Amino acid sequence: MITVYVPRDAAARSVGADAVAHAIARDATARGLDISLVRNGSWGLFWLEPLVEVDVDGTRIAYGPIETTDVPGLFESGFLRGGSHPRRLGPTRDIEYLKAQERLTFARVGLTDPLSLEDYRAHEGYAGLARALETGPADLVAAITQSGLRGRGGAAFPTGIKWRTVLETKAPQKYIVCNADEGDSGTFSDRMVMEDDPFTLIEGMTIAGLAVGATEGYIYLRVEYPDAWQVLNEAIRRAYAAGFLGADICGSGRRFDLEVRRGAGAYICGEETSLLESLEGKRGQIRFKPPLPAVAGLFGLPTVINNVISLATVPVILARGAEYYRDFGMGRSRGTLPLQLAGNLARGGLVEKAFGVSLRELLYDYGGGSASGRALKGVQVGGPLGAWMPPAQFDTAVDYEAFAACGAMLGHGGIVAVDDTADMAAFARYAMEFCALESCGKCTPCRIGSTRGVEVIDRLLGGQARARDLALLNDLCETMQHASLCALGGLTPLPVQSALKHYPEDFGLHVRDSLATSA
Amino acid sequence: MQDGNPLSTSSLPPWDEAAARALVAPLIGTAGGLLPALHALQDRFGYVPPAAVAVLADVFNCSRADVHGVISFYDWFRDTPPGRHTLRICRAEACQSMGANALAEHARQRLGIDFHATTADGALSLEPVFCLGNCACAPAVMLDDRLHGRMNPARLDALLTTEAGT
Repeated sequence: MITVYVPRDAAARSVGADAVAHAIARDATARGLDISLVRNGSWGLFWLEPLVEVDVDGTRIAYGPIETTDVPGLFESGFLRGGSHPRRLGPTRDIEYLKAQERLTFARVGLTDPLSLEDYRAHEGYAGLARALETGPADLVAAITQSGLRGRGGAAFPTGIKWRTVLETKAPQKYIVCNADEGDSGTFSDRMVMEDDPFTLIEGMTIAGLAVGATEGYIYLRVEYPDAWQVLNEAIRRAYAAGFLGADICGSGRRFDLEVRRGAGAYICGEETSLLESLEGKRGQIRFKPPLPAVAGLFGLPTVINNVISLATVPVILARGAEYYRDFGMGRSRGTLPLQLAGNLARGGLVEKAFGVSLRELLYDYGGGSASGRALKGVQVGGPLGAWMPPAQFDTAVDYEAFAACGAMLGHGGIVAVDDTADMAAFARYAMEFCALESCGKCTPCRIGSTRGVEVIDRLLGGQARARDLALLNDLCETMQHASLCALGGLTPLPVQSALKHYPEDFGLHVRDSLATSA
Repeated sequence: MQDGNPLSTSSLPPWDEAAARALVAPLIGTAGGLLPALHALQDRFGYVPPAAVAVLADVFNCSRADVHGVISFYDWFRDTPPGRHTLRICRAEACQSMGANALAEHARQRLGIDFHATTADGALSLEPVFCLGNCACAPAVMLDDRLHGRMNPARLDALLTTEAGT
């Protein structure tokens, strides 16, 4: 029987994958052809979605993007035997965009049926857990430390150090919490892992539990991801049924229970302490630190709280060894980062590369320049709290320290590109507006500063008393940056001041006027 | 697993206190159960009516102020019934870079309502959303629980006509 793959990923479905899958099944039946239709994850080549693949003698041949109206033509061209068609892309593995990637965390994404444990195990799944069950907690934590893995949610804190703190804190109960409140615009790697390879997250959290002595885990998932909610719950159900979760993991006598909880539309709940409050059923207001969540986290007990990608990377580190992972990357940024090319790019998608790749390679070699065909004006990296970077900074390497050195931040690896029609003053105003909307209200610089920020930018753009308003805006930004309790208020000045610095003309300012902002 | 589509709001039962109590009863002993309880109510009734505050305060043994504080903190929970369908338009940067502001304006004009409102015939509620995780297929919208990408005014019109009857 011939196997045909059509992704079930929400992004692929958002551009018609369900209708294409349905049309292929219907046409096959009508033609008396016996096919097996697998709803795989997406490879992340989103400009080619819906991407249809056919297994031809063990090689997957890709066709895309396919619309329902293309389906009869596909059959007539003999696509089930890899026949030629205007949309034929050749073997999936040879598509340049994919071929040049270094997929470690995303090794199975696109390849497998996300909910098939059999498929998962056939592709190195649960090899990490098997290794972990033979290894003591201290050695497990040491392996994560040696791998050089840093928090992929954006803060880039060394994961091993966080785990060690939890391991060394004595408590009757400890927790593993996965921060799946991926709210940054331009990011979708968490969503892809959860929908397209959910067992890798479940395995990573189980290993984390074994490493620090935690028997309960929670995935705090944003409510805007209904597909991930469905897939995760089903994957967890299957993992329990197969003995990979529960009281006796793989017959080891070790316990780990896992549950998904939905957020409720609050961006601030991506901040770890706010997330913990929300998990406790409260308003998502941030907590003062210290104590760190590693010492007093969920319900006041020691808690590992890590991002989806950090936890989903744990299995490959265990399966292939800390050195294997550490040998990718540059400087103090070890391993790989699943980058997300988004916004105004011709070829948006998921690109997992070792640290060190340049923004320019990502934007042009992978992204293919703007979708509109116009010149790129800049990119915002790291979500709504990330800096705007102009073309002059496109040679910056993807590396936490290199980004920090040019006043930007890598964050969660989301890259939003804009073309030369973009109004950067409007984006700066939006950054303040977003902060005002999403502020938890606990500290004054964020709660009030963001509202005043919108007003000052409006006055600045209005044209009266520019010098005074510019000074006021910079002063306000400085106050928010240094006096806010968390990153929301503290980093909102980043997109504002970077827009002012690199695009003064959009604010009706001369370069000379804006120089004050670069101090 | 959820039964059916948790976010689909097209045929919802009216508020019923006894049904609400039965719905949240399994969550009483659950740590941090208030948020799952609010979701359970909104999944069932489409909103969390003011009458639910006293019920939840009673069930979770906390003050009405506590419950109200939690509900009002989260944008997701609404205290009025939604339209038969809910359209969420992404307002975030990646979608803005591909024309989301014009798309939002088109939707407002077509529907004759602003964000956070429901059409007079009760057919559709319009809500803003900040990122749907579909940033490589921008601009994105979500109609009930279904994500739609590469939107433009013409495609949105077709979607609303075929899927929401507006």
